[in-house]
Amino acid sequence: MSRQIVPAAAGTALGVRKGGRAAVQPQSLDYVSILVADQLFGIPVLQVQDVLGPQRITRVPLAPPEVAGSLNLRGRIVTAIDLRTRLGLPERSEGAGSMSVVVDHGGESYSLLVDNVGEVLSLSTATLERNPATLEACWREVSVGIHRLEAGLLILLDVGRVLDFAGRIDAA
Amino acid sequence: MDDLLGEFLTETAEGLATLDVELVRLEQNPNDPRLLGNIFRIVHTIKGTCGFLSLPRLEAVAHASENVLGRIRDGELVVTPIAISLILESLDRIKMLLAALEATEAEPAGDDAGLIEQLNILAEAKSPVVPPPAAAPLPVPRVEVLPVAAARTEPAAPVPERIVPAAAEAPVEAAAELKESAIAASNIRVNVDLLEKLMTMVSELVLTRNQLMQILRSQKDSEFAVSLQRLSHVTTELQEGVMKTRMQPIGNAWAKLPRLVRDLSLELGKKIDLQMKGAETELDRQVLELIKDPLTHMVRNSGDHGIEKPAERVLAGKPDTGTIMLNAYHEGGHIIIEIGDDGQGLATDKIRAKVLSNALASEAELAQMTDPQIYQFIFKPGFSTAAAITSVSGRGVGMDVVKTNIEKIGGTIELKSHFGRGSTFVIKIPLTLAIVSALIVECAGERFAIPQISVVELVRAAPGTETQIERLNGTPVLRLRNRLLPLVSLEQLLRLERPDAAAVETFIVVTQVGNYSFGIIVDRVFDTEEIVVKPVSLILRNITMFSGNTILGDGTVIMILDPNGIAAATGELTVPDSQALELAAKNSVRGPQRTSLLLFRAGAGGPKAVPLALVARLEEIDRAEIEYANDKPVTQYRGKLMPLVTIEGAGPIPPDGRQPILVFSDRNRSMGLLVDEIIDIVEEVLKVELGSERPGLVGSAIIAGKATDLIDAGHYLTEAFGDWFELARDTDPGGADRAKRVLLIDDSPFFRNLLTPLLAVAGYDVSAVESAGRALDLQEAGEEFDVIISDIEMPGMDGFEFAETIRSAGKWRDTPMVALSSHATPQDLDRGREVGFTDYIAKFDRDALLSTLLATFNSQRGAA
Repeated sequence: MSRQIVPAAAGTALGVRKGGRAAVQPQSLDYVSILVADQLFGIPVLQVQDVLGPQRITRVPLAPPEVAGSLNLRGRIVTAIDLRTRLGLPERSEGAGSMSVVVDHGGESYSLLVDNVGEVLSLSTATLERNPATLEACWREVSVGIHRLEAGLLILLDVGRVLDFAGRIDAA
Repeated sequence: MDDLLGEFLTETAEGLATLDVELVRLEQNPNDPRLLGNIFRIVHTIKGTCGFLSLPRLEAVAHASENVLGRIRDGELVVTPIAISLILESLDRIKMLLAALEATEAEPAGDDAGLIEQLNILAEAKSPVVPPPAAAPLPVPRVEVLPVAAARTEPAAPVPERIVPAAAEAPVEAAAELKESAIAASNIRVNVDLLEKLMTMVSELVLTRNQLMQILRSQKDSEFAVSLQRLSHVTTELQEGVMKTRMQPIGNAWAKLPRLVRDLSLELGKKIDLQMKGAETELDRQVLELIKDPLTHMVRNSGDHGIEKPAERVLAGKPDTGTIMLNAYHEGGHIIIEIGDDGQGLATDKIRAKVLSNALASEAELAQMTDPQIYQFIFKPGFSTAAAITSVSGRGVGMDVVKTNIEKIGGTIELKSHFGRGSTFVIKIPLTLAIVSALIVECAGERFAIPQISVVELVRAAPGTETQIERLNGTPVLRLRNRLLPLVSLEQLLRLERPDAAAVETFIVVTQVGNYSFGIIVDRVFDTEEIVVKPVSLILRNITMFSGNTILGDGTVIMILDPNGIAAATGELTVPDSQALELAAKNSVRGPQRTSLLLFRAGAGGPKAVPLALVARLEEIDRAEIEYANDKPVTQYRGKLMPLVTIEGAGPIPPDGRQPILVFSDRNRSMGLLVDEIIDIVEEVLKVELGSERPGLVGSAIIAGKATDLIDAGHYLTEAFGDWFELARDTDPGGADRAKRVLLIDDSPFFRNLLTPLLAVAGYDVSAVESAGRALDLQEAGEEFDVIISDIEMPGMDGFEFAETIRSAGKWRDTPMVALSSHATPQDLDRGREVGFTDYIAKFDRDALLSTLLATFNSQRGAA
């Protein structure tokens, strides 16, 4: 199995998970930064179980379009959600590999397919802003808020809401 | 939760489960001191522990019941249904309190004064009606207890020299506890979660092992071969061991039933006797959990709807006590559970009326339906024919839920009913859910697994041949052995996108769900693989086409198709039709009966055939996997050694290449017959033209237009296992004149299929059925036979009962009957003669069977 952890993220991610530094300093939280269609997103590091390189994914017929398929994570079957489809973005160009960020939600594991995974960032609540009212509905739905960073804007993702698209499908 | 409390809850729950059973037994044997002692001890323990953990409410209830039990034990009170009911009621209260305790870790608020007062009144009612049997005061033994402290070096505090037990029960208790601790020493409590985790790990290990073995196969002379082989064996053993830890006797699921039936009979004013057979039959605890409720429901149904009131029973000429019979046994990788009663059976007119009032079918449709088809309606949602909804049935759980639950775990349910004689449900469920055998297929570049249990056969369809897909208004169908099989395109059903429109090979997986058969069109068919079923994630659970997913030997994830879901999606509406057709076919076939035959080539000479029903599976193995044990060829098959035999007159086995095998199985044994090539499966009227003197051949017949040798499977079975059954030589061509009609009743499909061709060769016209009930159906249908051959040991009505029924009335009163049995004791022989069997022969003695039949007819002819 080709398991890749981005070097910069690896040490920090493990360190944080063990030490639980987040609990000590509530104002500053750690996020794994990810890149989807050149937009920076952040996922709380405590929810991230694994970061994997390109995987062989089995398509699941009749599944909602957001579901890219299922993959084998060391003997566990994990459902993969394509963040691009989830955010209404165009499909990844042919040949561009994707990375998987495995998150835990309600006792089950899901893999979020992203373009790339960056460093773990420690972000202070001071830079957090509310969603602009003009943000597109399907982005606003999954965004907790926006962090103003020097390198650009980072959208904080609510994993629960990212995975909660079944209701929307049923309603449509 | 507090460890101590957790432990207490587990222990008390176990104690209470035992109490339920023991109390019902006590009611039947009120004077059994051992039973009483046991019951008293359990209640006493509960009371004691409650006090220790300071649970006052629980303690008060337990204390009051203990008082009553104590007086019963001392012979001061007589066991009456009222007393038992009261104690059972207090047990229920204790259970209720425990449930609350488990949920909230505290006793719920409330008051049990009423119950306690009733118990106290009962305890104080000094009514020693029966002279106390064991009331003679036993000399209280003085138990000397050496204080532990005395053995220590500092004998500081003055210690009492003797401790006299406060109550006389101490010795009894001590003895009981001693016995128990001996059992406890060889058993440990293990958390179920841990076992589940172990099972998952072992499943992963099995998958990894399969993966390694696959790599090994592609490499020649690997230095890993020996160690991997060993790893493989150890893994198999480990898997079996862990599976065993999850096995539990089905009796655990039945433990509540005696109590249930007792309460039921009191409530309904009926007399019901519950008989349980095969309680020790083991099955996976996961399966056990899932069938517990359906079983309870069906037993309740039998008691409520099935068994009549005593007066009605007497009027109908039956004993006033009705019987509910539970029977569980293993059969070919499955567990069969039967729930039967000798009550009134299903009333078709009531069902008809209900069907009409619910508009489930029209009167015209109903008129065309057979009774078994009408019975199927009870599995429809919202169907209850009980005129009045009692507190017992009609709780919103119907047979539809039972059926769904059983189908969910890959099982089937069947119903047999005779009006006025009772009904029986037969449930067939897999031994375990964790690992199943599945067929891997491919469609539009995607692979899927189909559980082997629902796959009937594979058909390769090609345009321009006999098996080609035809279309009715676009809907694909297949003519399969003179029946029209509805087809489902997996590609369309799953909306798969085919990358290129190139023509591909087409296979049809003939699938059966309940009584409904249909074909699934796929592109390719791969091997069967043992897979570990894993549930799909929540997001995907609403897709009914899949029952789960799994990881294959090569590490890819694959979806498991759910035949039930596919059947539902494609319109199971066709069920009654196909059933009717099948029944019509069955009924009209009397006379020349058609048999499915497997045609193959092996050894010298023309094509050979064997009845398909005798063949358990068709396999193809690598010849390199053939090993030799005791100089005989064997292969490892499903974790066991399977002997391989070659056809008479065949040459040596070639050293390499693929080897097709016909696998014959019976009970736990399998044998493989090596053949050169499998040609076809045909359905023909089996008419053996020439008998044969050659060993291994039954004779020759015209099959598919060619002279074909019919092989004698029995001969090869004997060759593989000398003791499969007594070797018997060839047959005596019997009945010269008109073919005598023989009715064969045997519950084992294996022997039915073995004896049918044998008798056919001997010139008899054979009808074979699997139960006495079916035979009686034939009698009602007006069939006539010259002789009836019946097995003795059969589930449901056995051979003796069957003979008595036949002899008592009806058209078959004078038909000669021959009993078949695998073990014939002199008592059996006598009983057989008594109930009206003409003769009694051992099951495997084929010569004796044929000569007996001949003698029977000759004596008839002499008499006529």
